[in-house]
Amino acid sequence: MTWATGLLAPDQPWAPLLVATPLAAALAAVPFGRRAPLLLVALTPFSGALAVLAIAQVWSHGEIVYHVGGWPPPLGITLRIDGLSAVFIATTALVATGVALFSLPKYGRQSKGETRAAFAFWPLLFAMWAGLNAVFVSNDLFNLYVALELLTLTAVALVALDGKPKTIAAAIRYLLFALTGSLAYLLGVIFLYGVFGSLDISALAISASPHAVVLAAGVVMTTGLLAKTALFPLHGWLPPAHSGAPAPASAMLSALVVKASFFIILRLWFTALPMAASAAFLQLLASLGAVAIVFGSVLALRQNKLKLIVAYSTVAQLGYLFLMFPLAGGGNEMQSWAASAWTGGVFQALAHATAKAAMFLAVGAMIEAAGEDRLDRLTGIAHGVPVAVFAFGLASLSLMGLPPSGGFIAKYLLLTSALASGQWWWAAVMIAGGLLAAAYLFRPLSRALAEADPKLFTPVPRLQQFIPLALAALSVLLGIFSAQPYALLQIGRVPGASEGLP
Amino acid sequence: MTSALLFAFSGVAVIAIGLFGLIGRWRIERRVIAFNLVGSGMFLLFGAVAARRAGVDADPVPQAMIITGIVVAFSATALFVALIERLVAETGRSTLPEDTPDEDA
Amino acid sequence: MTPVLFDAGLCVLILGVALASVIVREAFAAIAFFIVYGLLVAIAWTRLDAVDVALAEVAIGAGLTGALFVGAMSRIAQAAEAQAAPRRHPERLAVVGALLLCGGAGAALIFTVLQLPEVAVSLASLAEANLALTGVTNKVTAVLINFRGYDTLLESVVLLVALIGVWSATPDRFWGGPPGLQLAMTQDSVLGFFGAILPPVGFVVGAYLIWIGSSAPGGAFQGGTVWAAMLLLAVLAGLIDPPLVSKRSLRFGLVLGPALFLAIGIAGIFRGSFLGLDPPIAKTLTLAIEVGLAVSIAATLALLVIGKPRRAA
Repeated sequence: MTWATGLLAPDQPWAPLLVATPLAAALAAVPFGRRAPLLLVALTPFSGALAVLAIAQVWSHGEIVYHVGGWPPPLGITLRIDGLSAVFIATTALVATGVALFSLPKYGRQSKGETRAAFAFWPLLFAMWAGLNAVFVSNDLFNLYVALELLTLTAVALVALDGKPKTIAAAIRYLLFALTGSLAYLLGVIFLYGVFGSLDISALAISASPHAVVLAAGVVMTTGLLAKTALFPLHGWLPPAHSGAPAPASAMLSALVVKASFFIILRLWFTALPMAASAAFLQLLASLGAVAIVFGSVLALRQNKLKLIVAYSTVAQLGYLFLMFPLAGGGNEMQSWAASAWTGGVFQALAHATAKAAMFLAVGAMIEAAGEDRLDRLTGIAHGVPVAVFAFGLASLSLMGLPPSGGFIAKYLLLTSALASGQWWWAAVMIAGGLLAAAYLFRPLSRALAEADPKLFTPVPRLQQFIPLALAALSVLLGIFSAQPYALLQIGRVPGASEGLP
Repeated sequence: MTSALLFAFSGVAVIAIGLFGLIGRWRIERRVIAFNLVGSGMFLLFGAVAARRAGVDADPVPQAMIITGIVVAFSATALFVALIERLVAETGRSTLPEDTPDEDA
Repeated sequence: MTPVLFDAGLCVLILGVALASVIVREAFAAIAFFIVYGLLVAIAWTRLDAVDVALAEVAIGAGLTGALFVGAMSRIAQAAEAQAAPRRHPERLAVVGALLLCGGAGAALIFTVLQLPEVAVSLASLAEANLALTGVTNKVTAVLINFRGYDTLLESVVLLVALIGVWSATPDRFWGGPPGLQLAMTQDSVLGFFGAILPPVGFVVGAYLIWIGSSAPGGAFQGGTVWAAMLLLAVLAGLIDPPLVSKRSLRFGLVLGPALFLAIGIAGIFRGSFLGLDPPIAKTLTLAIEVGLAVSIAATLALLVIGKPRRAA
């Protein structure tokens, strides 16, 4: 079919359209906020089609490069889609669509005139989506800075949406951390420009050398990005912010926004400056990740409010992501376990994104039914919102790392890489993390499944229960159908081993 | 020592001064001023570093980036200030509560 | 006086004022020092041959930010008066520790700056070479609207998002009301006088800045900020009421700039590339984008300084 090959040609503008489409929706939502459902109906097929086209384009042509305005670097800004971008773009499309549909009952119907929250929610959500895609397709470090600021402001505004004093304080703390992170990132960008005269990631990949300034710039940028990704010890802002935000916003934040800064860290150390990464630095990153796993899980065990449990779980699960650095990088690129570690880490990000989004939305439905999220008020909630509780349980499979979920595949890949490379201590941490996750997720689940009178709970629309189920199912499907995503992820990797462990 | 280098050092010094203002346990509204100083110092550093590289002709790309940065910094400051005002209106204090999020069972 | 000596003196002033704005006790004094700092930095930008940046710094960095702070501080002081927080004097040791930390960071940064290679290669020549295709002669405008227009597009959305965030920080009961405080101002006062005379003049100055931005320092941000300042002046003088946040035409005005930019960008796809400006019509397109942006920037910046709705409709 020649028209199909034409659609997938490397010069097709799917990359910029991936950003332009949600941007257009965000701009339209400002004057036309009351037509939000209509906007969503228009947006969803477009964004879905674009995501599919982008994946197909990468699958058939490999890495796609697009010069915005026709200006090649270093003068202009370049967009790049490789396997890594493609999977993140797809996950974003799925999660954001789910979140938007979930939010229709609460923010979509404005019968009594416009309300403040309904006005603000849609432009912020769509702008966040645009910012996420902008991060995933960008190949320019300053462009990434602007996209990060867009993400930060939309995220902070969404956290503060319900207006309670504790939530406002949480939003301010988030803003403090995020702005400091942005400034640290900018400092690194300044030095990289000072050395290379270009901020194009591909150009840096070619000309970068293990110069002291380059390493210093990389470390400073990473520190800033770690603050945005809430890696221990810079995680303090996350639990209050993600638990204080409205449920759909929490889903976007935990699932996607923290992954965007992580994505940039990956780009930095695996594409732009791989030779500058010292083994000690990578071990340090992974060590912080290991501490995050244990620390976050233990704190999750101590919480009495469900949203806080889920938020601390995010802190813990993000720790797994950093275990991939010493396993897949730092001179390991050609080893047979590098591909497994790389894929395992990214799978963890994707599985966590879908599972955590499902979890927060399910918790949102539970709060609608019970009125609040304190554990003792949620006894027997399974009789009120059975589908939502089932979704919560299904998502827990992925977080615990049980087969056949995506989380299982991710942890399996990371585990085998750790053992194959002789860094067995990471394997021990992962096993401990899995056990702890089972513990802190079992507590609310067992409570939810207890006996209770269904009439105690407010009925919740079907839509709001089935969306988390769909997302949780996705996290399981990722595990079952993992071969294609695995192959997709290898496209565009800086030359290294692409065959994984059996 | 060229002018550009002088301004680069000044930029660094302003960053350090702003950092000092951030760390000190000031109220949040003073921290916002400190944030702006750090950002402004960084832009100055950027411009000076770029000027050092450029020689005779001024390099327009960093200048455009700095203008973008100034606008973005203002946007963040405005949001910051609005949130602080709301916090003060609700709680009467302009310091973040130091207690942990799970203070009530 | 040699140029370097002048610059050295300027730097000393800049550092002194910056330090003062951090150390001084009273909030209003800190803001005053901060505004002066902004003005001095603008002079530094002209010394670095970055006049567009100087204009942006003095207008946004010093002027609007200062106005924002002054308005905020007065409201925060009003509210915080009710609860007298105990004055916390930081311990000697903590201050010394902070000084050492910041001094160390500064030293590390200076060391890094000195490590930078002394290469005299920049993008200026590349920009110069492609300038003819952009239809403008101001290189910074070419970068902002043409070469790296994508950044500017995103940035204009960042501004809008900030405004939405500011508006949504208002309590529910005030939603729909006019932004800002109610001012009682008579026409006879000094502010009323200048509020009547200056805005028309400022409007022309702003329009000129936008127009001239294609060949001399200026452009959408600089001109748009002057417009914003005139809007603010008129509102402060009580001559115009800030529009209700729910007003449709206001919302269209806010999205006009980014929407026009985005539309031109998408149209560019059919002629070659997203945000590609066809060289024959590049100058017209650039001007159109800049005017659109300036309108939205003016409205957004003014509303950001005015703040969120503080009384019911």
